[in-house]
Amino acid sequence: MATIGKKSLRSDLGRVRGLGSAKDGTHHWWGQRVTAIALVPLTIWFVASIVGLAGAPLTALKAWVASPVVAVLLLALIVAVFQHARLGLQVVIEDYVHDEAVKIASLLAMNAAALLLGGVAALSILKLAFGG
Amino acid sequence: MAEFTLPANSKVHDGKKWPSPEGAKRTKNFKIYRWDPDTGANPRVDTYTLDLDKTAPMVLDALIKIKNETDSTLTFRRSCREGVCGSCAMNIDGTNTLACTKPISECEGDVKIYPLPHMPVVKDLVPDLTQAYAQLRSIEPWLKSETPPPDRERLQSPEERAKLDGMWECILCFSCTTSCPSYWWNGDRYLGPAVLLQAYRWIADSRDEATGERLDNLEDPFRLYRCHTIMNCTKTCPKGLNPAKAIAEIKKLMVARK
Repeated sequence: MATIGKKSLRSDLGRVRGLGSAKDGTHHWWGQRVTAIALVPLTIWFVASIVGLAGAPLTALKAWVASPVVAVLLLALIVAVFQHARLGLQVVIEDYVHDEAVKIASLLAMNAAALLLGGVAALSILKLAFGG
Repeated sequence: MAEFTLPANSKVHDGKKWPSPEGAKRTKNFKIYRWDPDTGANPRVDTYTLDLDKTAPMVLDALIKIKNETDSTLTFRRSCREGVCGSCAMNIDGTNTLACTKPISECEGDVKIYPLPHMPVVKDLVPDLTQAYAQLRSIEPWLKSETPPPDRERLQSPEERAKLDGMWECILCFSCTTSCPSYWWNGDRYLGPAVLLQAYRWIADSRDEATGERLDNLEDPFRLYRCHTIMNCTKTCPKGLNPAKAIAEIKKLMVARK
């Protein structure tokens, strides 16, 4: 039976098979899970540390960020946060934006924003770590 | 963008209210979606009132009674009336299920009956499942083996056979697929829970020799990974199956073979 209102005369199987499998997606799915798991301890550590530093003078905060272990953990947190957000927002855009041009523009803008914001955050940590 | 409202010609209007049966002590209203492709009119919801003392217990019994005694134009699919054919899948009381295994007594207030969501409607409660069937065909739901067939059955151990439990019971009513928001928004490329459960049914079959090829065909951001574990599929399945778990197993195998 033909699909109601179908414009193309292509067979249903041909239409469903389309361009074939992209042989992709597993890396994205795995990356989203790994960053999610990494964010659990990193976020708890970060919030607990900031609460512990509440009321401390600016010099104490700078000294805390400058310690190598803290600086590396903060960088890891920034990478995990922005990578996780990027992967998640990509799925939201792909789900709901069906105009091809708007979709590609949205994906590029979203990725650029994640890269810029993540870059600024990471550079700020490095500046403090190297005694800025 | 994804469509969040109905197009103007799909907006549902109030329809005909059929008279109550005379002398009925226990009545129930059935509000049923009606659409006739031949009139060009918008869909409407007709209200039928039935005497529960003269109606058998299931929603399908009520539909058949209406068609036989009140309005012969009411159109719906049904066959086995015992939950094994999947023909009478529809949206009853807000949930996709089989009319033949859904007791009227489980519906509070008026019984609202619509076709399976987000599929083209052929007429009234009959959805066009052409695309879903083509998607099922695309995963090649049959045994693939290059080993020459034995003179007898292809044997499985009891453990290997047990892996198919929870999947062979699927009757392909597509209640799950049509309950899935990911399928609503991207059904042209996402295969949907019913078809992915069938795909895993063959991936999990110890007699099948095309597991890698089957995984290759599924490894796609849309075909498989549009599943966001929303779980509507498992919640709605009238047979109590768990398509979401089958999809999760496929995702695990994708990682395992990296």
